[in-house]
Amino acid sequence: MSTTARQLDELIGREYRDGFYTTLETDTVPRGLSEEIIRMISARKSEPEFMLEWRLKAYRHWLTMTEPQWANVHHPVIDYQDIFYYSAPKSEKYGPRSLAEVDPELLRTYERLGIPLKEQEMLAGVAVDAVFDSVSVATTFKEKLGELGIIFCPFSEAVQKHPDLVRQYLGTVVPYTDNFFASLNSAVFSDGSFCYIPPGVRCPIELSTYFRINARNTGQFERTLIIADKDAYVSYLEGCTAPMRDENQLHAAVVELVALEGARIKYATVQNWYPGDKDGRGGIYNFVTKRGDCRGDNAHISWTQVETGSAITWKYPSVILRGDNAVGEFYSVALTNHYQQADTGTKMIHIGRNTRSTVLSKGISAGHGQNSYRGLIKVLSNAENARNYTQCDSLLLGNQCGAHTFPYIEVKNPGARVEHEASTSRIGEDQLFYCTQRGIAPEDAVSMIVSGFCKAVFQELPMEFAVEARKLLGVSLEGGTG
Amino acid sequence: MNVQPDLLQHLELERMPEALAGHDVPWVRLARESAFGRFAARGFPTRRDEEWKYTDVTALGRRASLAPDHIPPDPSSEAALHAWTLTNEGMHLMVFVNGHYDADLSTIDGLPDGVRLTSLAQALDEAQDLPRPFFDVRNEHTIFASLNTAFATDGAMLQLAPGTVLDAPVYLLFIASGHGVAVYPRNIVVAGEGARATMVEHYLGMVDAHNFTNAITQISLGAGAVIEHCKLLQEGSAASHIAGIHADLMAGSSFVSHSFALGARMGRNDITARLLERDCRCTLNGLYLLDGRQHMDHHTRIDHLAPDGVSREQYRGVMDGESHGVFNGKLVVHPGADGTDAHQSSRNLLLSRQAEVDTKPQLEIFADNVKCTHGATVGQLDENHLFYLRSRGIDAESARSLLIYGFANDIVARVSAPNLRGRIEQLVLERLPHGESIKELL
Repeated sequence: MSTTARQLDELIGREYRDGFYTTLETDTVPRGLSEEIIRMISARKSEPEFMLEWRLKAYRHWLTMTEPQWANVHHPVIDYQDIFYYSAPKSEKYGPRSLAEVDPELLRTYERLGIPLKEQEMLAGVAVDAVFDSVSVATTFKEKLGELGIIFCPFSEAVQKHPDLVRQYLGTVVPYTDNFFASLNSAVFSDGSFCYIPPGVRCPIELSTYFRINARNTGQFERTLIIADKDAYVSYLEGCTAPMRDENQLHAAVVELVALEGARIKYATVQNWYPGDKDGRGGIYNFVTKRGDCRGDNAHISWTQVETGSAITWKYPSVILRGDNAVGEFYSVALTNHYQQADTGTKMIHIGRNTRSTVLSKGISAGHGQNSYRGLIKVLSNAENARNYTQCDSLLLGNQCGAHTFPYIEVKNPGARVEHEASTSRIGEDQLFYCTQRGIAPEDAVSMIVSGFCKAVFQELPMEFAVEARKLLGVSLEGGTG
Repeated sequence: MNVQPDLLQHLELERMPEALAGHDVPWVRLARESAFGRFAARGFPTRRDEEWKYTDVTALGRRASLAPDHIPPDPSSEAALHAWTLTNEGMHLMVFVNGHYDADLSTIDGLPDGVRLTSLAQALDEAQDLPRPFFDVRNEHTIFASLNTAFATDGAMLQLAPGTVLDAPVYLLFIASGHGVAVYPRNIVVAGEGARATMVEHYLGMVDAHNFTNAITQISLGAGAVIEHCKLLQEGSAASHIAGIHADLMAGSSFVSHSFALGARMGRNDITARLLERDCRCTLNGLYLLDGRQHMDHHTRIDHLAPDGVSREQYRGVMDGESHGVFNGKLVVHPGADGTDAHQSSRNLLLSRQAEVDTKPQLEIFADNVKCTHGATVGQLDENHLFYLRSRGIDAESARSLLIYGFANDIVARVSAPNLRGRIEQLVLERLPHGESIKELL
C-alpha cells in the first residue's frame, strides 16, 4: 500500500511540460475596462457599427451583474480593471497572406508545441486556424473549403466579409445577458473562429483551431460561432496549451453552435492550459460558456472534452434540444492534479418530442485536486418521449483530493425516461497488483488503468485528438513518460 | 434571505406565550431567545437559497401568527384516534394534541427497566440537564430548527440505559385538530451503549385547515446502539409541515430511518445523520405518494466522518395530479473517512402531465479509499408490465394500481416491525385507486 501511495505521489508530482513563452512585440490597448476601451478594440478591428453597439450593450449589462459564487471553486478576487483586454502581435497588423509572412518566432513556438503548421497542413489534412493571443495568424485549406461554400475564418474576418450571417446568429444561443463571464466576453471578445456549413454539405476535413495565451496579463476572450445549415455536417476540434506563468490569467470564452434541421455538429476540445505549479501558484482561470442549439428537427450536437489543464475550469457545454428527434451528447474527461479545481458538466434541455441525450463524464482527481461534476437534465412538459442516460464516474488517486457530483434532474413530462448513475472509487489496488505481478511497471499500470477508465470518452474523439488526449493524460499524471 | 417587517412584528418575543415549557429555567430561556434572534435575523429562506430551490415557503411568512397555540382537542379527533389505535396494540403510545402531551389518551405503562419515556415539557419545567445539549446552536441544522428551539412546546424524551432492548415500538402520535394552529413538537432520543428500540412518529391532521407543523427530532446513538425510526406524514390537505430528523452515531451503531409522506399540502423533511465514529451503519428509506396539488420535499444528508462507515439510501416517489416531488440526497465523505461504502438511489414514477419531479443525488468526497455510488431514475409504468397483467384478465385501472403498489411496497417492506409494516401497507393501498380490488389480488 505505502509503496503504491509513494509511487503515485511520484507520478503525480511532475511539472508542466509546455511551460515557456515567446517574447514578441505586441500591440496592446491600455489596461482596464471602460466604454472607451471597448470602442478602441472595435476600432482596431475596423468593425461595423452593429458590432460596436452590441459590445456596448453587453458591457452596460455586465456592469449590472455580480460574479457568480455558486461553483465549487475558490480563487482570489479578480480585478477586472487590472487586465489587458486586447493584444495582437504587432508584426501582424494587416494579416499575413501566407506562412512566409508570419513572424518566424511565432512559428518556432508552434513547432516547439509539436504542431508544425506546414506538416499538419500536408500530412494530417487538418485546416488550422491558429489563434496566437488575439489575432488569427494563419489559416490553411481555406480555398478547398471555399469550393464547397464552407466559410471557415477568424471571427473578425467574418464580421467584415459576412456581416449578415454574423448578425443573424451572434448571441442567439448565448445572449449577451446570459451570465457574468459571457457578458464580459460579449463586450470585449478579441477574436475566435467562425464557421458556416451550407445546406447538405458534409465538411470533408476536421476543422481545427489552436488557441494560445501568450502576452503577459492578457485575458483571452475568444468567441466561436459554428452554424450547420440543413443536413450539413461538421466536426470541429479545439486544442490548447499555454506557457508557464506566475500570475493567474483569465480566460472567458464563448462558443455558440447552431444546428438546423438534420444537421450534425461534433465539437471536440483538448484543453491543456497551464494548471499552476505544484503548490497551486499561477495557472489559467478558464470560465467558459459553451452551448449548442438543435434548432431544427433531427439535429444532432455532440460535445467531447478532455480537460487536463487550467488552475480552475468552470465550464458546462450544453445542448438545447428544441427540434423533434434532436440528439445531444456530452463526453468528458476532466483531470485535476496538484491544486487544480474543475467544476464542469453539462445541461441538456429537452423541449422537442422524441429528444435523446447521453452524458458520460469521467473525473480523475490527484494531489489536492478538486473535481466536480455539475449537470442539469431538464425535461419540459411538451417534450414527449424524452430519453436521457447519464453516467458519471470519478477516480481518486491520493487522499488529499476530492470528487463531487451535483446532478440536477427536473422532469415535467410523464413520458420521459431519465436515468442517472454515478460512482466514485479509488484506483483499484487489486488491479494495480494484477498488473505489477505480471511485470508491468507501476507507472505504466496506472496509465493503463486510467486510460481504460476513460476509454469510452476517447472513442468519441477524432483520431488525431484521441492520440494527443491519451498522451496528455499520461503526461499530466506521470511526470513525462507518456 | 430578507426579513419581512411584518414577520418580526408577529414574532415579538415578548408576545411569546408564557406557557412555553421551561420558561422559568434560565438556560431554556436563553436558548429560546438566542434561537429566536437567529431566526429573526435570517427570516424564511427563499427559492434563491440553493437548499430551498424547489420549495417555496414564503406563504408561511403571511400567516396571521407563527406563535404556538394551545387549542383544546376537537371531539372528532378522539374518534379518529380510536380508529387508528385499535390496530396498534402492543406499542407504547404517547399522544400529543396540537403540540401538547395528552396523558389521558396515552398508554406508556409497562415500560421495561432502563427505559424512561417522558414528556419534554415536563423535563424542561423540571430543569433537567439531559435536553440541554440538544438545544445547542451546533445542533441546529436549518433555520426552522432555530424557530423550533424558540417555540418548542412539547414532545417525547426517550432515554435508553446501556444494553436496554425495547421490543414494542414507541409510538408518538401528533394530532393537529384545531383550525390554523401552529405546533412545534420536539423529540429527543438518547440511546445508551448497545441499546435497541423502534420508534414511530405519526403526524395526523384531523381538519382541513392551514395548520403549520415545525417538528424536530434529535437522536443520539451510543456505541453499538440500534435505533429504527419511522415517520408517517398524514396531515390535512391544506397543512404545511416542515420537519428535521437528526441522528448522531457513535462507534458501531446503526440508525435506520423510514419516511412515508402521504399527506400535507406542503411538506419538507430534512433528515441528517452524522457517522462520528468508526463502523457505523446508516440506512435511509423513503416513500412519497403525491396527488392533487401536493408538494413534498425530502432533503437528506449523510456525513461520513470516520472510517469504515456504511450507508444505504433508497427513496421512491409516485407523483400524480399536479403534485411536485423533490428529492435532494447529499452524501459527504470527509477526509479520513476511509473504507466508506455508500450507496444511494432515487427512483420516481411520474404519472401525470401536470406533475413534476426534481431529483438531485449529490456526492461530495474528500477521501480516496471509498466506494460510493448513486443512481436516479424518472419514468412511468412499463407498458409491457401493464400488458402482462391485462392479458391475464386484470382491468387497466387495477393493473396500474397493482404496479404502483409493487413499486411503493419495496420501501414499505423494509420496515422490520410486522404490525407497523402491515399498517403502512394498508395506508398505501388506501391511497391507490381501486385499492380494495387489488387487495384481493395480493
